[in-house]
Amino acid sequence: MRLNTRKNWAAVASLATIALLASGCSSTDTPAASGEAGGKVSLTLATFNNFGYTDEFLKEYTDANPNVTITHQQAATAPDARTNLTTRLAAGGEGLADVEAIEIDWMPELSQLPGAFVDLESPDVEGRWLSWKEDQGRTPDGTLIGYGTDIGPQAVCYREDLVKAAGLPSDPAAFAEYLGGKDATWDDYFKAGHDFVAKSDSAWFDSANAVYHSMVGQVENAYEDPKTGEPVKLADNKVIQDMFTNVLTESKDLSAGLTQWEGDWDSAFQNNGFATMLCPAWMTGSIEERAGGVTGWNIADVYPGGGSNWGGSFLTVPATGKHTEEAQKLAAWLSAPEQQIKAFENAGTFPSQTKAQTEKALLDSKNDFFNNAPTGQIFSSRAIALNDTKPIFRGVNYFTIHTAIQNGITRVDVNKSQDAETSWKGVLTEFSELGF
Amino acid sequence: MSVQTAPKPVQEKEKTSRRIAFSQKRGKWDVQLSPYLYISPFFILFAITGLFPLAYTAYVSVHEWHLLLGQGKFVGFQNYIDVFNQPTFWKALRNTFSIFLLSSVPQVIVALLLAAVLNANIRAKTFWRMGVLVPYVVAPVAVGLIFSRLFGDQYGFINAILGLLQMDPVAWHSEVIPSHIAIASMVNFRWTGYNTLIFLAAMQTIPKELYEAAIIDGAGRLRQFISITIPQLRATLIFVIVTATIGGLQIFDEARVFDAAGTGGASKQWITVTMYIYDLGWGNQKNFGRASAVALILFFIIILIGILNFAITRKISDSGSSKQGKKSKTTISKATRTK
Repeated sequence: MRLNTRKNWAAVASLATIALLASGCSSTDTPAASGEAGGKVSLTLATFNNFGYTDEFLKEYTDANPNVTITHQQAATAPDARTNLTTRLAAGGEGLADVEAIEIDWMPELSQLPGAFVDLESPDVEGRWLSWKEDQGRTPDGTLIGYGTDIGPQAVCYREDLVKAAGLPSDPAAFAEYLGGKDATWDDYFKAGHDFVAKSDSAWFDSANAVYHSMVGQVENAYEDPKTGEPVKLADNKVIQDMFTNVLTESKDLSAGLTQWEGDWDSAFQNNGFATMLCPAWMTGSIEERAGGVTGWNIADVYPGGGSNWGGSFLTVPATGKHTEEAQKLAAWLSAPEQQIKAFENAGTFPSQTKAQTEKALLDSKNDFFNNAPTGQIFSSRAIALNDTKPIFRGVNYFTIHTAIQNGITRVDVNKSQDAETSWKGVLTEFSELGF
Repeated sequence: MSVQTAPKPVQEKEKTSRRIAFSQKRGKWDVQLSPYLYISPFFILFAITGLFPLAYTAYVSVHEWHLLLGQGKFVGFQNYIDVFNQPTFWKALRNTFSIFLLSSVPQVIVALLLAAVLNANIRAKTFWRMGVLVPYVVAPVAVGLIFSRLFGDQYGFINAILGLLQMDPVAWHSEVIPSHIAIASMVNFRWTGYNTLIFLAAMQTIPKELYEAAIIDGAGRLRQFISITIPQLRATLIFVIVTATIGGLQIFDEARVFDAAGTGGASKQWITVTMYIYDLGWGNQKNFGRASAVALILFFIIILIGILNFAITRKISDSGSSKQGKKSKTTISKATRTK
């Protein structure tokens, strides 16, 4: 408050100055670039978190293409990058990088602006990605606007020691079989959970919302009509209501009642708070960060309800860029299997390319924190399993509605301030506030 | 004017008198206009960065407006009607006032008491004075981290202590009032020291003679504080209260970092009006029309409270000065009596 807002303004002002300076610089470059083909081209690449694109890595490209220089802007977190991207898009595309990294969750809103991104369709990249990943990179009308980089195929991470102490089959293969093996269902997962909590003080999973998030992620048309893109009236959406009730009923004894990324969730890792977690490839790092000193984590090559993907990114080329052709070339190079394997070695981002799935570097990768689980093999097998699933439709309002339902689950699972029925009514109120 | 008149042959006397007249006029302009000229940069800047956005917000608020898709059709006051019909808006308003009262009132009182203690003759003065400012230097995000450990529901520090004392844990993130207390304490942690220093600075300008006279009159510490320190601090108090009100009604950071999602809780237990604006405009809805409507409503609320504040403080200062008048009379009568 007070001075803080003033500070924020100062930050905004200084940012604006930097942006002005930067745009000033780039405009001085233009005459040279547009003057003759093959002249100097300077490209900006905007990513967030850690894509594994180190300076040395990018140097490989500039060495091969001496006329190109790359400036890499790295935002600390994805929300920062998202705010930056949407604000600049709202301002007509001024100041956007030549190659902008985006997350899968931003796709629905960005698809509303089909003209803002270059159509990246090209024979060179045909069949490069796992088919479901490539579909995610397309707008509803089928235009390819994003080249896939990494993915978040999900497996089940679990505490081998706690499971063993409860007298259940605990080594990865046996545990995967116990959860239902190849055709595991959510009911199998819950049933195993009831067996477990009967003999242990720990909960079965961390958060009812995490489970719901995964379950609804396997529904083809969860909240919206794929033909019109219009939201389905939530009061009439029996599938979702049943899922909501089901998750909350099962969570009564299975859930640790936590919210992911909260302080309590962090602490629970150190306190044997729960025994299993649905975990995408990138979550292994987050678990290790919080569970330091806890031995016994392992990963089972199984997933309830077939397969699931959580997260993953794309590279897009904003149409307002000065060198869209060069930018597309860079994006194509970055998202090629060879480069993504290197990015995986640099930062652990799981590659989305078909060819990369059989790469030795990936298949041989192990995670010693998870008792040397062959993470490369497990997540690769989970990623390929997703090819059999049907494409999921997520319209513009998907996350708005999703948030309303997640709030409802939190009220019951975490806050314990309402029962499932009352909370569902609250969800319907929140839905009506959205004014569809 | 002088250029036109100069070449004309004019009588000496008249010429000088005219010159004097002009320079006088210029001097008059100088006195009358230059103050406005000197403060004009602020107002020109304000017009660009304050007034224009304000007017534009009003313009946006009567349209359908999407962050990415831009301007839609004119809808009149529909956005305002929608906002007033949303329970979330009223919750946000309730939370804002509740957090504002829970933070500002204790903050000003504690800052005043701390300043009084720091103003007293204590050892290592500078150390203590700098000490109260340390929380202000800590980055808000770090404060958020620390307090999220303190106010954890299951594994929080405070609940652990309550557990040791055989008391029930407090549901900081579920219930309305506990969540407000937690957020208010975050605000207070940051701002009490800042206000303390402002009070301390003001206290040091109070003439020592007043205290000496009071001591001779036999007034104790408490009496001195109530009868001298507080009345003398009136101007500073008004300043601190006004800034605390404006800041308090715009609480954002602390409430936003109170949980990981930053949307004010599952039943919107601690969403504030500014968070609501952010959520409408930049959250999933990207509805700038409604966000602008709420922003303008907040603007008018702040103006209203500002006027209220002004009226109350003027009343207090009026009654204060009349009291002081009485007091001086009594001291005079006392003085005459002692004579």
